[in-house]
Amino acid sequence: MTASANHEISSIVSEFLDRRREPIVAEWSGSPFFQGSGGDREQAAVDCAEVLTGLRRAVVAGEADNPAADGFAGIRTLLEVLAAQRGDDSRLVVDTAASIRSLRDPLLRLWHEEDLTDGAVAPGAVLLGAAVDTLGLVLLDVALSAGRDTIASQREQLAELSTPVIKLWDGVLAIPLIGTLDSMRSQVATESLLQAILDQQAQVAILDITGVPTVDTMVAQHLLKTAQAARLMGAECVISGIRPQIAHTMVQLGIDLEEVVTRAKLADAFTYALSKLGLSVIPAATGDV
Amino acid sequence: MVQVPIINIHGVLLISIQDELLDDSISELQQHISEQVIEQQARGVLIDISVLDVVDSFLARTLHDIAATTSLLAAQTVVVGMRPAVAITLVELGLILPGLRTALSVEDGLALLGRGNGTVRTGPR
Repeated sequence: MTASANHEISSIVSEFLDRRREPIVAEWSGSPFFQGSGGDREQAAVDCAEVLTGLRRAVVAGEADNPAADGFAGIRTLLEVLAAQRGDDSRLVVDTAASIRSLRDPLLRLWHEEDLTDGAVAPGAVLLGAAVDTLGLVLLDVALSAGRDTIASQREQLAELSTPVIKLWDGVLAIPLIGTLDSMRSQVATESLLQAILDQQAQVAILDITGVPTVDTMVAQHLLKTAQAARLMGAECVISGIRPQIAHTMVQLGIDLEEVVTRAKLADAFTYALSKLGLSVIPAATGDV
Repeated sequence: MVQVPIINIHGVLLISIQDELLDDSISELQQHISEQVIEQQARGVLIDISVLDVVDSFLARTLHDIAATTSLLAAQTVVVGMRPAVAITLVELGLILPGLRTALSVEDGLALLGRGNGTVRTGPR
């Protein structure tokens, strides 16, 4: 097909989309895709009209199969809203395919009802199909990028939440590590611990790994590096909360924490820290509370 | 060439590195410290690097060498005030400087060297 023929088909199709706007909107607004906003038909019709305009712009520009076309870019915000209303992402692909079918079928039916020259029917149908399929790709992209944004922000929140540095005593800090440690989280934990050591001039820092489900070579490496960095700054690191099965795994993996002091429980590590500072906890004399 | 001042406080030589030093200056400082340890009969050396944002591998190794040298001359070396970012970088570079004594502040460093009640002691502790 030549470029001028393509252009001709585009203009016929866009003219069709413009002229049959009303029936298309009427058909589309009944589809479950636009009914997401609580079955409000008026709102659905407005949304439909906007999507249709975007589709038509892409067809006019000859970019019906380009998801990055201006026409599709213009309706991304609307599609984001519609995608957010659906909520459940578990059947994303199946649902999107169904939505696209519910838009394409009425459109093609209306197209075939047109009184057209034979040469235009098939290419026009192909063009309409391509445009709606591209709309489907844009929909998927919108839904997936929304998911990506959510994951990124939750990861950030997790990193912030999970690394509180606690002051146990003058010069004694503890950082309870919780959950699986990936490289980013361990880096954040190390940095905040070292910064707290500097700010509070803490001589002992306790890394408590009670909440860490498994210790592999990477986590052990991270613990070791944190302890070494703290030592270079002039503080001492104590690792506590190593559960028996974790100790067992570590030995089997051949992990050696070398010169780092380890204690079974946080309480033991705290006692050790106090003794490093020359302090001790003694029971108060009877009656002297 | 930057001249780093060496201050003697009750037998402890206090060296505060204020600027990033070129390799030549570092080598010269190393030489200077060992001379001063003998001349002033120092029992300890405190090197304060708390203002340094960057400690390269050469300076790190030299600090380690200074510690080894002064301990042969019966003086303990303590490096004080290393910043968190510097510590992380050195560990990532694999320069964990075993045997180098460290402290958080000059005060802690002096305590580590056993200045205690201020009596002047010379020679090994």
